[in-house]
Amino acid sequence: MHELGIVFHIIKEVKKAMQENNCSKVSKVVMNIGEVSTVVPYYLEDCWNWAVSKEEGFQGCKLEIKMLDAVTWCDDCKSEYPTVAHGKTCPHCGSGNTWLLRGNEVEILEIEAI
Amino acid sequence: MQIIHYLSARKLKIMEKVKVIEIKKSIFEENGREADELRAELKKKGVFLLNLMSSPGSGKTTTLIATINAIKDKIKVAVMEADIDSDVDAIKIKEATGIESIQLHTGGMCHLDAEMTRQGLDNLSEGLDLAILENVGNLVCPAEFDTGAVRNAMILSVPEGHDKPLKYPLMFSICDVVLINKTDVLPYFDFDMDKCREYIAMRNPAAKVFPICARTGEGVDSFANWLLEEVALWKN
Ligand SMILES: Nc1nc2c(ncn2[C@@H]2O[C@H](COP(=O)(O)OP(=O)(O)OP(=O)(O)O)[C@@H](O)[C@H]2O)c(=O)[nH]1
Ligand SMILES: [Mg+2]
Ligand SMILES: [Zn+2]
Repeated sequence: MHELGIVFHIIKEVKKAMQENNCSKVSKVVMNIGEVSTVVPYYLEDCWNWAVSKEEGFQGCKLEIKMLDAVTWCDDCKSEYPTVAHGKTCPHCGSGNTWLLRGNEVEILEIEAI
Repeated sequence: MQIIHYLSARKLKIMEKVKVIEIKKSIFEENGREADELRAELKKKGVFLLNLMSSPGSGKTTTLIATINAIKDKIKVAVMEADIDSDVDAIKIKEATGIESIQLHTGGMCHLDAEMTRQGLDNLSEGLDLAILENVGNLVCPAEFDTGAVRNAMILSVPEGHDKPLKYPLMFSICDVVLINKTDVLPYFDFDMDKCREYIAMRNPAAKVFPICARTGEGVDSFANWLLEEVALWKN
């Protein structure tokens, strides 16, 4: 469900870029997806394939997903650690005074269009 | 030789036609801009928009009915009900409060974005003080899409457990108010109110917490008063 909403937003954004560049057909969309973005790549692709089949100029458009690792910053010991393995608690010093540095991206990187 | 030359020339031509367009833009960015625009317009018109979120069945509609009945004589209120595919809630609100209440069809979407919210507002009558949006029942997606609301409120109901703020940090961090509903069933669940307040404060130290029982109306007055104050501030 969530992924379908995201797909509609991607299509809207891509359409705008196509218009600005006088393109009528898009063949590839490259996305950056963060590891803790709440977007499941497998569902995203499923929704994508369904949605582009109904969208003019999008038929057969490929979705390329680049996964980005999530990294959290600990403000007590000033170090970084992988978010998925350790969550909110710093593995170096046990502090909870931490915040996400990156890994929640849902970003359109580039498209290929004619 | 010649063939190779021809092929590479052809390839080059095709390559030339395909443009690689760099976008490098978060899909939330455009919505964020639209939401800011909507808020600015609402400020001009003096309309306060409240976005109410929760898991399915936490008591959004019941809470709205109790709240609206407490304030409808003081300010002009209308409700937009975002449901995936039914108008049950919109009818319920109208019957129980008598105020204007419309159904927004989300077309299968799990959240409302700023554009859909604007379309909904366009369908409400003029001269409102307060418009309330009952968002789609879900703790993940609505948190990611700014609707253009002036304030965000969410409901956590007792049966869902006091650890929800740990599991859905984003939702709790964007909400100005957390209503803890169904306090009448506290005796039957191991819900720890102090722990819950502590977890909410970890995500959002500024969040106001109101324990309520929408069914009996207990505690709803505090929330209603907060809302009246916020509306008055917005119209200043
Ligand atoms: N015991 C108890 N039940 C409540 C309370 N508030 C709501 N309920 C019940 O919880 C159920 C769901 O309430 P709704 O108000 O429809 O919840 P909702 O969040 O609008 O639900 P959706 O729109 O379907 O997501 C109903 O059966 C209500 O009667 C309460 O304070 N105590
Ligand atoms: Mg409801
Ligand atoms: Zn540390």
